[in-house]
Amino acid sequence: MLSNVSYRYKIPASLTLVIVITALAVAPPLIWSTNEATKQDLVDHAFSLGKTISRALQPALLHDDLWQAYEIVTTPFDQPQQQRLGQPTIVVLDTLGAVYVASDPKRFPALQQLATLGPLSAQLADVVTRRSEGPLVLEDLDPRLTIMTVPVLSNDRTQLGTVILEYSRDIYRQRVLETIRKVAVSTAVTLLILVPLGWLWGEQIANPLLRLSAAIRQVTRVPPAAVAFKAPAGKDEIAELGATFNSMVDGLNEKEALKEEVLASERLAAIGRLTAGIAHEINNPLGGMLNAISNYKRQRGGEPAYVDRTMSLLERGLTQIRGTVGALLVEARLESHALTPHDIDDVRTLLLPNMDGKRVRLDWQNSLTEPLPVPSTEVRQILLNLLLNAVDAVDEDGRVSSAVTPSETELMVRVENDGESLNDHQLQHLFEPFVESRRKGKGLGLWMTYQLATQLRGRIEAQSQPGRTVFTVTLPIAS
Amino acid sequence: MRRRGFLRYGLAAGCAAFTPGVARSDSRQSLSIGTTPVFLDDDVAFLRDWQVYLQQQLDRPVVFVQRRSYREVSELLLAEKLDAAWICGFPYVRYRERMRLLAVPTYEGEPLYRSYVIVPSSDQQTNSIGDLGGKIYAFSDPDSNSGWLVPNSLLFRLGKDPSTFFRKTFYTWGHRRVVDAVAAGLAQGGSVDGYDWDTLNIHHPELTRQTRVAYRSVKYGFPPFVTRSLLPATAFKLLQDVLVGMKANPAGKNLLGKLNLNGFQVAPETVFASIGENMRMLHLG
Repeated sequence: MLSNVSYRYKIPASLTLVIVITALAVAPPLIWSTNEATKQDLVDHAFSLGKTISRALQPALLHDDLWQAYEIVTTPFDQPQQQRLGQPTIVVLDTLGAVYVASDPKRFPALQQLATLGPLSAQLADVVTRRSEGPLVLEDLDPRLTIMTVPVLSNDRTQLGTVILEYSRDIYRQRVLETIRKVAVSTAVTLLILVPLGWLWGEQIANPLLRLSAAIRQVTRVPPAAVAFKAPAGKDEIAELGATFNSMVDGLNEKEALKEEVLASERLAAIGRLTAGIAHEINNPLGGMLNAISNYKRQRGGEPAYVDRTMSLLERGLTQIRGTVGALLVEARLESHALTPHDIDDVRTLLLPNMDGKRVRLDWQNSLTEPLPVPSTEVRQILLNLLLNAVDAVDEDGRVSSAVTPSETELMVRVENDGESLNDHQLQHLFEPFVESRRKGKGLGLWMTYQLATQLRGRIEAQSQPGRTVFTVTLPIAS
Repeated sequence: MRRRGFLRYGLAAGCAAFTPGVARSDSRQSLSIGTTPVFLDDDVAFLRDWQVYLQQQLDRPVVFVQRRSYREVSELLLAEKLDAAWICGFPYVRYRERMRLLAVPTYEGEPLYRSYVIVPSSDQQTNSIGDLGGKIYAFSDPDSNSGWLVPNSLLFRLGKDPSTFFRKTFYTWGHRRVVDAVAAGLAQGGSVDGYDWDTLNIHHPELTRQTRVAYRSVKYGFPPFVTRSLLPATAFKLLQDVLVGMKANPAGKNLLGKLNLNGFQVAPETVFASIGENMRMLHLG
């Protein structure tokens, strides 16, 4: 149920719930304390008003001045207090329990015995006659009323009568309602402020999660490299989740690249094995056939001229086959001497006649300072092949750069050109024989370079982007 | 209403004298006039206006002196401590040898008024004071004709003893407060000046509505303006002319309108003859 609801709604909803619960929790004690305060107010007020009236009534009762007594009990003493607490009904009893005067003469007619004016009055009359000395607060006679009695004493402490003040407890209800209203208003104001904040907060939580789940859905449909997810800043759980997801995608990307690399090198290895096998199979009969032609040329005598021409034709064809097969059958001869700085500079000399008059800017960098234990013939072959390809790739006034950099454990040969870049398809099949991507030649140069690098336990990499194509060969240095 | 009414009278009663609002700077002795609280909403403001008017007309300072009861005002006048007073016909008749009749208000065209017996509006049976035996009864003032002498005469004629006929009686010291007491249910009946009740009925119908006039008496002389016996003749004549002349003066007419009176007139002593008869009947005169 709840898990079907977005955090956008859940967060403001739970904030609202917390505020409402807080308000509900706060209201009862507030109402209770309001009630208590009202009760105390009422009692305090009744006590002070009772004493005032009782003192004021003394002469009126002594001189039996009914009008003066009436004026006293109908005077609005302490007006602000009475506006808060309500006007009490005031009854003055004589010493015999009869009403002397009351603020409401219709309800309490003068001279009537209080005991005859209804059950509550009878109870009240009973209490007053039994306990007349001292002020008395009566709260349990009627749940709707708070009643206070104060004796009227003469100067010699003789009792002249009793003042009874009767307050309606409606004020309790009004005050409770007022308290509830205040709590409701402050709750509403708090909600008004916090709900939009909760909405924003919910969005802050939900948005990255939604983007993340969209990115995860993408992973199943497109290659991981195409998945784009901007992880939120910070260190909270959501930011961590985003970062973890991104590193997972990076891992997938690496794995994918590795897989392709492995596939490519396996394919090339298979092609290499096949090519070598075929070349060996061809080389053996080829050698026999060329030997036979050679024998024939040495021992001929008087054969017709067309036989000579045929033999010559056969010999040229077979020689061409041997050249091709020889080129395919790359075999590194590890016995060649160690590589010297001079070997590298020789390649430059070899290259220059092969530029075909094309004007090319050649940046040359040879960091080799002393002989290195790597086979010099193969390294020279590799560098020459890469340079010939680069010169072939650039346009007139193009730029080719070559860098040979040794380190502790490796020798790096790097050749760059600014010619037309290679597309994905070309890059995938770059090191296969007879690739028709080159402008001239059979397309065996890179095949040979790859074979040589592989046989020397090195690696070859090609990177191409518009205006910059780089081949890097890394060869281990024998320790 | 009841409480506001009380406050007003309390204020008025507590106010013994008024200083002249626009008093002349001359040091001529001021003319003092005694009164008891009247029925108006704002006695203080009314008396101040009247004071200003009289000062302008008399060209001498005037001071109103208010007392709670007719007796206090009468006694001040008899002691020559007041120059003039607006008192009831009853004390005037009683002391007419020692004071001089100055002018009598004209009410509904005559220098006469009635006494009313009023009961709470819930009481629809009573139509005579004789129906109120054993009840609580409110009188306005022991020196009031309409608020004491008339009801006691009525009871005397009915052969009742006023001291035992009612269960309890009390004085409110003001006609309006008799109306308050009866309206509130403090008293089950009361005697009131008919002119006061009628005027209250115009200004405060919500109060008079709570009472019902159960009986209207015959007409008696309206409470008069009197002077101390030794007031100089010129001052007497001037004050009389000013009072009688009020109805011809726009400002004076306005003040009379507030009092609900037509004016003042010089009336013969004989308008108070019926009050004297009642007094003699009750062995008071």
